[in-house]
Amino acid sequence: MRARSRAACLFVGVACLLACLTASPTSALATSQQAEKPTSPGDAGLEARTAAIASTLRCPVCQGESIQDSPAELAQQMRAVVKERLRAGESPEQIQAYFMSKYGEWILLEPRRTGLNLLLYALPIALVIGGLVLVAVLVKRWTAPESNPGQTS
Amino acid sequence: MIATLPVIALFAFGFTRNPSEIPSPLPGNAAPSFTLPVFAPGEAPLARPVGDTIRLADQGGKVVVVNFWASWCLACRDEHTALSETAREYANTAEFVGVLYNDRPEAGVRWISQMGGQSYPSVIDNSSRTAIDYGLYGVPETFIIDPAGRIAYKHIGPISAATLRQKIDSLLPRGAAGIDVPKADTMR
Repeated sequence: MRARSRAACLFVGVACLLACLTASPTSALATSQQAEKPTSPGDAGLEARTAAIASTLRCPVCQGESIQDSPAELAQQMRAVVKERLRAGESPEQIQAYFMSKYGEWILLEPRRTGLNLLLYALPIALVIGGLVLVAVLVKRWTAPESNPGQTS
Repeated sequence: MIATLPVIALFAFGFTRNPSEIPSPLPGNAAPSFTLPVFAPGEAPLARPVGDTIRLADQGGKVVVVNFWASWCLACRDEHTALSETAREYANTAEFVGVLYNDRPEAGVRWISQMGGQSYPSVIDNSSRTAIDYGLYGVPETFIIDPAGRIAYKHIGPISAATLRQKIDSLLPRGAAGIDVPKADTMR
């Protein structure tokens, strides 16, 4: 019975760790941060800046993909808008603000670090620390020499 | 075990949400302007010559209904009759315009012919600039713009004649609901 509850506690600890490692809002971005290969050397800077901004914008017709990663027609058209606006001298923040004014904050793959959104960033760290403490406490308890309650010293 | 309860509660809350529903910040704000060329003329008295341009700025104090559609869109078939008939019904007070989304004009013309015609004109939106300006993520989507040029209502999916009538009536000066525009009125 005790072995079963130990196993359950260990499972909860490991599950917490796994959950927060996979649920981090920034983890989804890891694959979409690569810059697109420039089509011509002269446009390399513009292409890289377009890719960097497009990687932060969610494709409206896909599931959890950025407009940089998606081959969808609308995503390509949105990338073209990003490039056009960069050419017109707009900053990345202005371009993000343009898309947010049309689609809301939903369009940002990485939520802004303000208000309640901060929980998204703080919670995974808190869960990792909590999980590590839980595992450490349990391991310490399990490896401690068992005292016999029936024996008096 | 208590530690897992908030996680379970979070997942339970997540299951009550529709992941494909995108909240729109547009209702209540000025409608993005557009100037787009007509490819399908519509029918008298709403007809506009092919090649003519339709500008939102020329709405002249009318309610404007902007419907994004495509020939490859099955759901667009469901709303076609409702839009075409309501456009005729409100010919004096509302202007209807169809915007072709990621489609070829020839395919659009063929589709209209197969559907038995369309009372109001449709325009081409090259590179989907207007669609992006309207925060579009699929078709059909319909925007109802009040006489002052603000987006009063955004409808995702096929729209019914009853919804069209109710929304247009509420935006006309004599409408029961007056011209007060709800701050955020989006419906799937």
